[in-house]
Amino acid sequence: MADIQLNHVWKRYPDGFEAVKDMNLDVGDGEFMILVGPSGCGKSTALRMIAGLEEISEGELVIGGETVNELGPRERDIAMVFQNYALYPHMTVRENMGFALKLAKTPEEEINKKVEEAAQILDLKQHLDRKPANLSGGQRQRVAMGRAIVRDPKSFLMDEPLSNLDAKLRVQMRTEVARIQARLGTTTVYVTHDQTEAMTLGDRVAVMRAGVIQQVDTPRNLYDDPKNLFVAGFIGSPSMNFLPARLEGDTIKLPFGDVPLPDRLRQRIEGGAGTRDVIAGIRPEHFEDAQVAGEDHTGTRFKAKVAVVESMGSELYVYFDVQSGPAQSDHLTELAQDAGMEDLPSHGDDEGMQVVARLDPASRAHAGAEVELVLDTDEIKLFDPAGGQNLTEPAPVAA
Amino acid sequence: MEAASATGSVRAPARSKGIGEKKLAKLMLAPSMILIALVAAYPILYAVWLSMHDYSLVHPGLSRFDVFGNYKDALSSGEFWAAVRTTFIFTAVSVTLELVIGLAMAMAMHAAFRGQGVLRTVVLVPWAVLTVVTAFMWQGIFQSPLGLVPSVLDSIHVGQNIVWLGQKPYALIVLIVADTWKTAPFMALLLLAGLQVIPKDLYEAGKVDGASAWQRFVKITLPLLRPAILVALIFRTLDALRIFDLPFVLTKGAQGTTTLSLIAQQQLQNNGLIGLGSALSVLTFLIVMTVSLLYIRFVGGNIKAMTED
Amino acid sequence: MEAASVPQTQAATRARTKTKGTKKEGTPWWLWLAVLGIVLFCLFPFYWMVNISLKTGPDLSGAALAPPNPTLKNYSSIFKNPDFTNGLRNSAIVAFTVTFLSLIFGSFAAYALARLKVKGKFWILAIVLSVSTFPPIAIAAPLFKLWTDIGLYDRPYGVGLIIPYLTFALPLTVYVLTSFFREIPKDLEEAALVDGATHFQAFYKVVIPLAAPGMATAAILTFIAAWNEFLFAITLTSSSDARTVPAAIAFFTGSVEHEVPLGTISAASVVISIPLILMVLFFQKRIVAGLTAGAVKG
Repeated sequence: MADIQLNHVWKRYPDGFEAVKDMNLDVGDGEFMILVGPSGCGKSTALRMIAGLEEISEGELVIGGETVNELGPRERDIAMVFQNYALYPHMTVRENMGFALKLAKTPEEEINKKVEEAAQILDLKQHLDRKPANLSGGQRQRVAMGRAIVRDPKSFLMDEPLSNLDAKLRVQMRTEVARIQARLGTTTVYVTHDQTEAMTLGDRVAVMRAGVIQQVDTPRNLYDDPKNLFVAGFIGSPSMNFLPARLEGDTIKLPFGDVPLPDRLRQRIEGGAGTRDVIAGIRPEHFEDAQVAGEDHTGTRFKAKVAVVESMGSELYVYFDVQSGPAQSDHLTELAQDAGMEDLPSHGDDEGMQVVARLDPASRAHAGAEVELVLDTDEIKLFDPAGGQNLTEPAPVAA
Repeated sequence: MEAASATGSVRAPARSKGIGEKKLAKLMLAPSMILIALVAAYPILYAVWLSMHDYSLVHPGLSRFDVFGNYKDALSSGEFWAAVRTTFIFTAVSVTLELVIGLAMAMAMHAAFRGQGVLRTVVLVPWAVLTVVTAFMWQGIFQSPLGLVPSVLDSIHVGQNIVWLGQKPYALIVLIVADTWKTAPFMALLLLAGLQVIPKDLYEAGKVDGASAWQRFVKITLPLLRPAILVALIFRTLDALRIFDLPFVLTKGAQGTTTLSLIAQQQLQNNGLIGLGSALSVLTFLIVMTVSLLYIRFVGGNIKAMTED
Repeated sequence: MEAASVPQTQAATRARTKTKGTKKEGTPWWLWLAVLGIVLFCLFPFYWMVNISLKTGPDLSGAALAPPNPTLKNYSSIFKNPDFTNGLRNSAIVAFTVTFLSLIFGSFAAYALARLKVKGKFWILAIVLSVSTFPPIAIAAPLFKLWTDIGLYDRPYGVGLIIPYLTFALPLTVYVLTSFFREIPKDLEEAALVDGATHFQAFYKVVIPLAAPGMATAAILTFIAAWNEFLFAITLTSSSDARTVPAAIAFFTGSVEHEVPLGTISAASVVISIPLILMVLFFQKRIVAGLTAGAVKG
C-alpha cells in the first residue's frame, strides 16, 4: 500500500513566510495526483516535503500507513524526477540509473537486469554507456525517468519534469509519462505550472494558490464546477471571461444584454436569488456564431463588434469589446499577476472590456464587422465578487 | 489501476541510518578546527602568557610574572620603533609600486590577444620561485662587488662607491625591488581577472561618447576595478607587514632593513629572550590583526555568500 | 576572448617560452614593447641566476651575460652535499604529506561549510580565513617552546613541520574548495539523497568527483606554499636531517671560506625552483583560477 496523506501540513520559514498552509491531501495507492498553480504557490515546497528534502513545520505526512515526518529521503522509498534532471555528470547513463540500487547493495546482475528493463521501456538502450553531457534534452529527461523507474519505489515524485523541453517534445513526453505511470501503477505526485499538463495527465488535480489548496478534483470537475474565481480562471485556455454582472430576481444583467437565470442555477444559488452584484464567468467555448449554430440552437443571442480575430486553423478566436468596467476581485488580480498582466491597461476603448469567444472555423467573423453570437446560458457561472466563491457550486466532493 | 510492475520485485527501503546531517557536519569540521585551535589559537595565547613573564638570562627556567615589563621594554626601545618605521615604509612603498606596476602589466596582458597562456605562465614565474631563492637571486644581482648592478655601474663609472647591500638606505631599496619583482606579477594576475570581467561594450560606449583613452581608463576601468584593487591591496598589505624571508636572507636585517617580524625573531633565537621576543611577537600580531580586521569587513560579504543556505 | 586563445597558446607554448608568440596581426608597437618588457621583467633575474650557476671561480665576478666557460661543477657539488640532498628529501616528504592531509581535512571542512547545517557558519569560516592573516613569527616562538617540550623539535624528515604547515594550508584550501563546492548544483546532492545515499556518501560519491578540478587547484597551491615555507623551517629544525631545502640553502657555506658561495647557491636555487616552475608550466590555468577565486566575484 503506497498511499500518501498530508494532514494539516504547514511549512514555515525562519523569516515568518508560510509557503504551505494547512494542507490536507489524500493520494490513493496508484493514483496520479497533480499539484498545479502559479509560481510561488507552494507546490514544489509541498513535493519536497513529501520527499524529505524540506522539513515539515507542522502536521503529519503519512506514506503507506506510516508517519514519515522524521525519516530522511533515503528511508521513504520514493524516487524523484527533478526539473533540471540532476543527472550525475561523471557517471554514464547506466551508472546513473543503477546508482540507487548500488547504494542499496543490490547484487550486480540484478542491477544490470533492472537497468536494461527500464532502458527498454524508455528506448534508451543505445545510450547506456554515454555520459549525460552527450545526450539531448529529451534523452536526458528519459534518463531521469529511468533512474526513478529502476528503483520500483513506493511512489514517484516529479517536479516539473517536462518544463525544460521544447513545446513539441513536451507534448510527446506527456503521453509517455502517462503511459509509463499506467503501466507501472505507482502512486505519483506531479508538480507543474502548466494547466494543460495538469488536465491531461492527472487522475485528480489539486489547484494551489499562495500555499493553500483551492480545490482537489478530477480535471472534468475542475473545468465544469470550479469552486472559486481562481480555479475557474486558472483552468482552461484561453481562460474564462469574467464580466461584472447584476443578479436581479430571475435575470442576470450582463454588459451585452440580459439573460434569464437558468433553472439549474436558480436552484443552487446560495442565499437565494434576490438582487446582488456578481461576477459572471463565461468560457470562450460557450459562445458560438449564430449563423453557424443555426436556428435551433438555444441560448441568448446578441450582436457584438469584432475587434481582433485569431485564426488557428482548427478554431477561431474572436475578441470583442463590451461596455463595462473590468471585473474586480482579489482572485482575478492574482491571476493577472501570475500571467504578468496586471500592469497592462484594461483592454478596449472607453472603459470597455475585452471578451474572447471561440468559434467554429466556418464562422465568417472578421475584424471590424459585427457578428451575432449565441451564448449557452446554462454554462454561465456566477461568482461572489467579495469572496470569489462559486455561487452555484454543487454539493462538495470529498478531497 | 491495474498494471504489472516493470521490475516485479519488492524491496524494503534502506533502514540503516547514516550519520545525521548535524552530527556529520560537526565531525567534518572537527579536524580542521582542532588543528587551528592547537596550532594557531593556543600559541597566540601562550605567546601572550610568555610575554607577561620576565625570564632570567642567568638562571634559565626562572621567571617572574610581570605583566607589562616586557612591553615597556619593547615600546621604549628605539630598535622597536625603528622596526615599526621600516616595516611601514617598506609596506607603503612596495605595495604602491606593486599596484602601479601590476596594473600596467595587467592592462598590457588584457590588451594582448594571443599568447594569454604563455604570458600568464611567464608572469607566474616570480610568484613560483621560492622567497629564499628570490633573495639569493637579487643578492646575485646587487651584491658588491661581483653582482650585476655593481659591475655594470662600475663599467660606466657611476655610483661605484655604493655597497648596495651594505649601506643604508640602499639595502632597503634592494629589499623593495626584490619584493616588487616577486609580487607585482601576482598583483597583475589579480587585476587582470578583474579587468576581464568588465564588459567590452562599456568601452565602446565610451568611445562613441567621445572619451579619450585616458578618460576611459579613469572613468570606466578604475571604478569597475575597485573591488579587485581593494582585495589585492589588502592581501599585499598584510603580507608586506609580515615580511620575514626576504630581509632575513638578503641582509639579516642589517643596514636598516629590520622589519617587525625580523626583530621579534632576533630576540627569540639570537638573544634567547623568550619574554621580550614574545612581547614583540604579540605586538606584531596586534598590528597585523588590526589591518586584517579591515580585510574581514570587506571580504565579509563574500564569506556571507559562501555560507548561505 | 579566453577560450578562443587556448588552442593557440598551447601551440605557442610548445614553440618554447622565449619567443614572444608569433603575432602577425596588427598589434600596436607599444603593446609589443610592453609585452617584451613584462617578459624581461619576469624572467631576467631567473635567467641571471642560471647564468651564475654555470660559472665558477673568476668568472663569477663580472657581468657577463652568458657564462664564458659554462660548467656543471656547481651542480655536481651540491648533489654531493648531504645538507642539500637531505633538504630535498625532507621538503618532498613534508610537501606531499601536507598536501594530502590538507585536501582531506580541508575538503571535509569546506563541505560542512558549503552544504551542511551548521550553527555559526559565518564565524567559523571567518576564523579559518583569519588564520591566514596571522604573522607566522607570532606563532613560531610559542610553537618552538611547545615543540621542544613535546619532542617534535628537529625531528628527522621534517616531521615536526607537518602540523604547522597543515594548519596554515587549511585556510586557502577551505576557501578554494568552499567556492568550488557551491558551484555544484544542489539537485545533484538531493538526487543522491533521494537515491538512498547518506550525506557522507553524497559527499564522496557525487561532490568530490565533480570538484576534482578545485581539489587539484588546492593541491597545487598547498604544495607550492609548503615547498616555499621558510620561517618555521628555520625555527623548528636545526639539523641537516630535519631541515627542508629553503632552510638548508640559507645556511650553505661555500667550499672556500670567506666567500659567499654564489655559484653553488645559485645552482641549488635553480634545482629547487624546477619543481615549482614545472608546476606553473603545466597548471597555469588552475593556479590562476585558484588565486583569483573570489577576488573577482567580490
